[in-house]
Amino acid sequence: MDARTQEFLAYVQDGGQVEATDWLPEEYRQKLVKFIEMHGNSELMGVLPEREWILRAPTLQRKLALTAKVQDEVGHAQLIYRVAEDLGKPRDQMLADLISGKAKFHNVFHYPTKTWGDVGVIAWLVDAAAIISQKALLKCSYAPYARIMKKICWEESFHILHGRDVILAMVTGTDAQRALVQEAVDRWWGPLMQFHGNPIPREEDPMYIWRIKSQGNEEARQQFLEGYVPQIRELGLTVPDPNLRRRDDGVWEYSEPDWDELRSVVTGHGPRSQDRLAFRARFLEQEKWVRETLRAA
Amino acid sequence: MGARDPAGRMIFEVFRQEKKGQPFAHAGSVVAPDAAFADAWAREQYGRRGESEALWLVPRDAVHQVTEWADEFDLKYRRVDGYSIKERLRIARERAGTAAPGDS
Repeated sequence: MDARTQEFLAYVQDGGQVEATDWLPEEYRQKLVKFIEMHGNSELMGVLPEREWILRAPTLQRKLALTAKVQDEVGHAQLIYRVAEDLGKPRDQMLADLISGKAKFHNVFHYPTKTWGDVGVIAWLVDAAAIISQKALLKCSYAPYARIMKKICWEESFHILHGRDVILAMVTGTDAQRALVQEAVDRWWGPLMQFHGNPIPREEDPMYIWRIKSQGNEEARQQFLEGYVPQIRELGLTVPDPNLRRRDDGVWEYSEPDWDELRSVVTGHGPRSQDRLAFRARFLEQEKWVRETLRAA
Repeated sequence: MGARDPAGRMIFEVFRQEKKGQPFAHAGSVVAPDAAFADAWAREQYGRRGESEALWLVPRDAVHQVTEWADEFDLKYRRVDGYSIKERLRIARERAGTAAPGDS
């Protein structure tokens, strides 16, 4: 590592932030693009599980709220892709890499949404897990990314409220509605526990070393458990992990998440991975004329 | 960092004001073929929820940036950290015999 890079590393590790116009070490730029691109992909692909329920939403109010949420998430993808684009990777290339399976998106968006209960659990718990990761990006060493996270976190905060509201309506409803929520929690617990990634110590995580993230994977998972297990239990719901318990020192113990499943799912072998990519590919093709018209403008 | 993206579209920096009277703060950027499209993108991405009072869209190459600051002379008398009041006040109080018991 040359002296200039070393100085840069020391600067970001000391909490320093850089701008788009600053000199960036090539390794940092590559790590940033990879991370930001996956985040953008996740926002773009993340709307598909929920989109499937817009036409089946139980009330007009829910339909409108869900539509607005989908619109917000696509908006996040726009903001995020813009930041990655500015770092040198063209948007067309990012979309092509997404469709071809070369670039990844978060594990939770590879699963089906079987019932309205899943929609509630996604908006409540999946978004909660995501907001923990996203809040840790508010201090990202790359300032343009940190700044757009402010807006994104703000919008995510009412998505979580929307999710809680859906869940509360169901757990205060009929036994059948309650059962839908419990089944959804059971289905999503595994993917949720895998969501923050393997417990690699943060000092060994390149994304932490460059201060792209400001916390380690296990810290994020502990924060999720600490914040949400009590909220799940207070509704009379159970968490499908017999080994889950909070130690006296405040650390949560849990069964080892299925890391093989995580690896397989994010490399395109999840239950809905290929359908959703095909859907995205179809729309990219269908809307090609819009992009071309704008480019010609 | 160029003022245009590789496809030749202009890059506009977006500054948003949250409430009247508050400063415009940098929020992000949009790429567009011209100012009219930039207007449309920026409204959609930074004002859809009524979160902005106003936006400034500035072509990136119109931003004249200043980052180098000469400090050839010792100008600390222009800053609060240029004054060491505490120690002198202690001496002054001692001389005047007004130092309270406990003062050091």
